[in-house]
Amino acid sequence: MSKDIRIKKGLDIKLVGAAEQTTSKAVLSNVYAIQLSDFHGITPKMMVKQGAEVKAGEPLFYNKNMESMLFVSPVSGELIEIERGDRRRILTLKILADKTQEQFLGTAVDVENASKEELKAVLLKSGCWPFIKQRPYDVIANPDTNPKSIFISGYSSGPLQADLDYVLQGKEKELQAAITALGKLTPGKVHVSVGSGKSPLSSMKGVELHNVSGPHPAGLVGTQINQLDPINKGELVWTVTPQDLIIIGEYLLTGKFNAERTVALAGSSVKAPKYYTTKIGSEISTFLYASGVNEENFRVINGDVLTGSKSKPDGYLGFYNNTVTVIPEGDDYELFGWNKPVFNKISATRALTFSWMQPNKKYDLDTNTNGEHRAFVVTGQYEKVFPMDIFPMQLLKACMVKDLDEMEQLGLYEVAPEDFSLTEFICISKQPHQKIIREGLDLLQKEIG
Amino acid sequence: MSLKSKLHELKLKYQGKKMAPAFNAFHTFLFSPDETTHAGGTHVKSADDLKRTMNTVIMALIPVLIFSMFNAGYQHYSAINGFPADFSLMNDFLTWNNFWIGIIKVLPLVVVSYAVGLIVEFIFAVIKGHEVEEGYLVTGMLVPLIVPIDTPLWMLAVAVVFGVVIGKEVFGGTGMNILNPALTIRAFLFFAYPTWMSGDKVWVYGARERSEEILAGANVDAISGETILGYLAQNKGAEMTYSVSDMFFGFIPGSVGETSAFLILLGGLFLIFTKIASWRIMVSAVIGSLVMGLIFNQVVEFGWVAESSKFYGLMSFDFWKHLIVGGLAFGIVYMATDPVTGSQTNKGKWYYGFFIGFISVMIRVFNPAYPEGVFLAILLMNVFAPTIDHYVVRGNIKKRMNRLKNATIYPKDSDGKAEELKAETV
Repeated sequence: MSKDIRIKKGLDIKLVGAAEQTTSKAVLSNVYAIQLSDFHGITPKMMVKQGAEVKAGEPLFYNKNMESMLFVSPVSGELIEIERGDRRRILTLKILADKTQEQFLGTAVDVENASKEELKAVLLKSGCWPFIKQRPYDVIANPDTNPKSIFISGYSSGPLQADLDYVLQGKEKELQAAITALGKLTPGKVHVSVGSGKSPLSSMKGVELHNVSGPHPAGLVGTQINQLDPINKGELVWTVTPQDLIIIGEYLLTGKFNAERTVALAGSSVKAPKYYTTKIGSEISTFLYASGVNEENFRVINGDVLTGSKSKPDGYLGFYNNTVTVIPEGDDYELFGWNKPVFNKISATRALTFSWMQPNKKYDLDTNTNGEHRAFVVTGQYEKVFPMDIFPMQLLKACMVKDLDEMEQLGLYEVAPEDFSLTEFICISKQPHQKIIREGLDLLQKEIG
Repeated sequence: MSLKSKLHELKLKYQGKKMAPAFNAFHTFLFSPDETTHAGGTHVKSADDLKRTMNTVIMALIPVLIFSMFNAGYQHYSAINGFPADFSLMNDFLTWNNFWIGIIKVLPLVVVSYAVGLIVEFIFAVIKGHEVEEGYLVTGMLVPLIVPIDTPLWMLAVAVVFGVVIGKEVFGGTGMNILNPALTIRAFLFFAYPTWMSGDKVWVYGARERSEEILAGANVDAISGETILGYLAQNKGAEMTYSVSDMFFGFIPGSVGETSAFLILLGGLFLIFTKIASWRIMVSAVIGSLVMGLIFNQVVEFGWVAESSKFYGLMSFDFWKHLIVGGLAFGIVYMATDPVTGSQTNKGKWYYGFFIGFISVMIRVFNPAYPEGVFLAILLMNVFAPTIDHYVVRGNIKKRMNRLKNATIYPKDSDGKAEELKAETV
């Protein structure tokens, strides 16, 4: 029997501007972009030159360290720009979309009967492999390895995240194909967790199904791994998000890489927050202004407010994102902001902050840090929102002083930066937890591999 | 032009200059900064910052401070005129005369403590180029509350400089120190100027002057300002006229702010409610002191200590009364719970707190020179807190190591056939 996950420690960040459950089709973007910052640790090697015509699903570049791992174009069009940064590092690939889309045709696979090697080869060639990530290190999985299990979280507990039960509706066939394929890639189990019986994922075959309940971060896959089958040194776990499973599944069934995705546009700055179907890499303005914005000074976030990356209205939808959040910028001073009673912000304490009195109130938070960066002072706060069996502050400090032994022993293998998003949110010293963990993971990977 | 935009322009003007931290300290005191979240982190942050946290502790100290100002006068006049027969809170305690003594004796301590401490903090911030940190906001309030009322101001100033520099700044400032700065200051005073810190002439304003007058030949009665622990240490418990309610509500002599267990209890509850201080430390410290007190009571019960023994008075003192006399309650609520110098793990906090309570009462009873041990016990446990945490964290690591024995590691595909392997024990 599958094990259910109940989390007590955590904090639900309830924000104004949840996406209404109606879906519109976003207008087509003129330019699509692949942002290399989405693929942490990947050095790209271009396969097409600037100005070349590509079809949707046609490879653009491969991973320098693994030539078989291809990255494909979401649309057909002309590669108009390769934006480079320091030392000619590629930042963004921009594709001017054709008026009539042409699809690069791969080969459909009979998932039930395909062998593991066959499936791997297809996923690598099709550009679907980058959807599979691995822990430790929170990077794209190495196809040569065998993970002990694969985790899929079908429960979104984070603030204003797209409701997976809603966006996965009607995609059962694709999900099942992808899950069956993934099942062959691991000698272990495929763990799927759902928040309710309504999830299309709850009818999947060949999985270990878990019910998750509790406050955020119950829906983070790292929390679930830690509860069910924590990662030890040397072990590997792969994770895939359900919406990426749809793209994988569709490719396996039809041989077409379809970059289409339902995205939640949410946040207090959005006039009419709702869902849009669009494509990976499309310009955010193609649906942002269809919903309208409430103010002039806002921030567009590719992802949710805790883990997303900062973008712009003319930025592009990230490779892994199913949520775009828009909230007001908080670049203003507040008179006696440090000692007056606070009613309109979320707090994990009760130090003249009153969010504990209204647990169901929805807040309109801006991007102000509400204080300055300090050394770690207060203790015992992180543990209240951190459900893993790990000492969060000690692990952060080990990462800061680059103590590899401590990092290993305190459980860095088990975490990804996103697992520290809640502790970062409540941090009184305003320390950049996710950045510290990311740098720690990079160092550990470099030194120990 | 509004104040806000004027200050913003000034901030830009000072940016990158040496005096920037000093300006920013005043600026952020008025306005919380316009800083927004960086890329690569959370885009929203909770409402709490270090200033707010420290401010909450100060709020918990304000009632204690005000009470101590009244008590300074009450003890002074009672020592001269005798304690009022029918004590009435409004007529005998909360009077302008009493408060005036507080203003001339307690307030200067507060002012000197803050002024000297903050000057040192500002100097270090400017030299080292970091922001002025908030740690001293609480320390500066604690210091005047844990010294005898007759402490000369220059002595306090010297001690504060020592405490802030040696106790905190040499380690890197707030958050990096090993010992509680307020207690470092207290310990410095105690060891550098012992005659001003102990005995029966320092706890009540006027007692020292009066004894000097007597020495000079004046024909007046001496003022005795002996603390309860002082009486007990001299086996003079029977001469004491204080009732349990005097002890609990704090109408007794002692360090400036330590006397009212009642207000300290309220402050402690406030800190627990606001989730600023650790209830684990407070509860375990209370348990620790009760256990030690009970042990001493039992020793007396069994007749192992003769009535003539110099420890008899304190050992036979009812175990629970240790909590309402002396500085134990104040130490537990406001000093032991300092998150920087205390244990940082939840489990460690239980041990840390317990030993603070336990050792406090032990030192109190056995210290021949000075019947109080809270500050020494806390400083001692400050030193041991990292060790306690070390073992708690080791426990977690050991669990992970044990798990590792059953790790499921599959070989790479290129290594041949995928076969389940047991990981070697590390």
